[in-house]
Amino acid sequence: MSSYALFKKDLASELRTRYAINSLVMFIVVTISVILFSIGNEKISDFLSGGLFWVVIFFSAMSGLSRAFVSEEERGTTLTLQLIASPTTIFSGKLLFNLILVFAMNIIIALLYSALFDSFVLKNLSLFLYAFVLGNIGIAIASTLIASIIAKASSKGTLYPVLSFPILLPLMLTLIDLTKQAMDGTTFESGYIELAVLGCYDIVMIAASFLLFDFIWKD
Amino acid sequence: MSSFELHAENISKVFGRRLIFKDVDFSCKNNGIYGISGPNGSGKSTFLKIISGIISPTKGKVTHSFDGKVVESEHLHNFLGFVAPYVILYDEFSAVENIHFFSKIRGINFTQEKFDFLFQHFGLFDRKDDLVKGYSSGMKQRLKYIFALIHSPKILFFDEPTSNLDNSGKEKVYQTINEESQNNIVIIASNEDSDLAVCSTVLELKNYKIAPKSENK
Repeated sequence: MSSYALFKKDLASELRTRYAINSLVMFIVVTISVILFSIGNEKISDFLSGGLFWVVIFFSAMSGLSRAFVSEEERGTTLTLQLIASPTTIFSGKLLFNLILVFAMNIIIALLYSALFDSFVLKNLSLFLYAFVLGNIGIAIASTLIASIIAKASSKGTLYPVLSFPILLPLMLTLIDLTKQAMDGTTFESGYIELAVLGCYDIVMIAASFLLFDFIWKD
Repeated sequence: MSSFELHAENISKVFGRRLIFKDVDFSCKNNGIYGISGPNGSGKSTFLKIISGIISPTKGKVTHSFDGKVVESEHLHNFLGFVAPYVILYDEFSAVENIHFFSKIRGINFTQEKFDFLFQHFGLFDRKDDLVKGYSSGMKQRLKYIFALIHSPKILFFDEPTSNLDNSGKEKVYQTINEESQNNIVIIASNEDSDLAVCSTVLELKNYKIAPKSENK
């Protein structure tokens, strides 16, 4: 319940300050527009189209998800949080907020992308949806943990994508592969291994996050 | 009376290559007012953060216990109240919303009676629905006391407790310190003579060590 209360506090704060939402919406619009203009009338391959979809998601996540901890650090309220909640509560609350943000952001990106890119046609929707859900969970967990690490650094903006890239790379490669399979219309069973990889990634990340966050948060 | 105990054994703190203090011992239990003084940069705030469990010492051990049982760091926040210039409340929320959110996150019941009493006591009742960003620095300092006291903590840490306060604010703070010290532990870090005058024991952080300064009461 304490984590949910922290989530509600973050949501109320976000709705008033628009710390993350504005930058995310602008980033999504600008990135998709740039891709559209650069493609022009050219026909791009299905594989490239699926890859670009996850590139947009990766950089959008990099522009907005760090705010969960960075905004607390910039406002000087990190100590206040330490005084009212345990590290587990804080991480759970921030993760819940980032999960909602990632799902909202990625659903908007998926809808825009489907509407604007003719080559982005999903023949096996259920395979894509499973990959999408597991991928979003992985992105949210990894981004939240990395945000807590970089929040105290002086060059947060640069450090966040640099630190996130190697951690999110296995997730992104698996997601691009699964998206291609979904666009090719391969059977659900043929994507089992990749889906298992995503599931394992999420489990490893959540376990590592709760184990490490106590140390990150205290010093 | 509270049966809260704090024991700090051989604590040292180093930031980078800079030694702040070395092998410092400190203990307190049940109730009373303890003062920590020392020159600027002597490590008073760092010492307060370490004994309150906010940051870890480089060396040594800090133990908090309540009713003879060690309080795990996971639950420590429920036992302590902290007021300091570097404790910042959320500007985008009103005072009521701040305290309301904090109570919910702590998982304590929002007691309207105590809430009204504290807002009346610190003279913020009429401005309780205003956004904190519209508060003066003195009003923010008063709100920090409400934040620190709303959950009835067993140990209170006040770093520069009267900074930004007018005379009436200072009186309220001293009154609060005296009342709280009847049942709880109050630890003050300050160089103000008037702040240290309310302390029963005053310790001085100097030359990397802590030592009794004087007995005021």
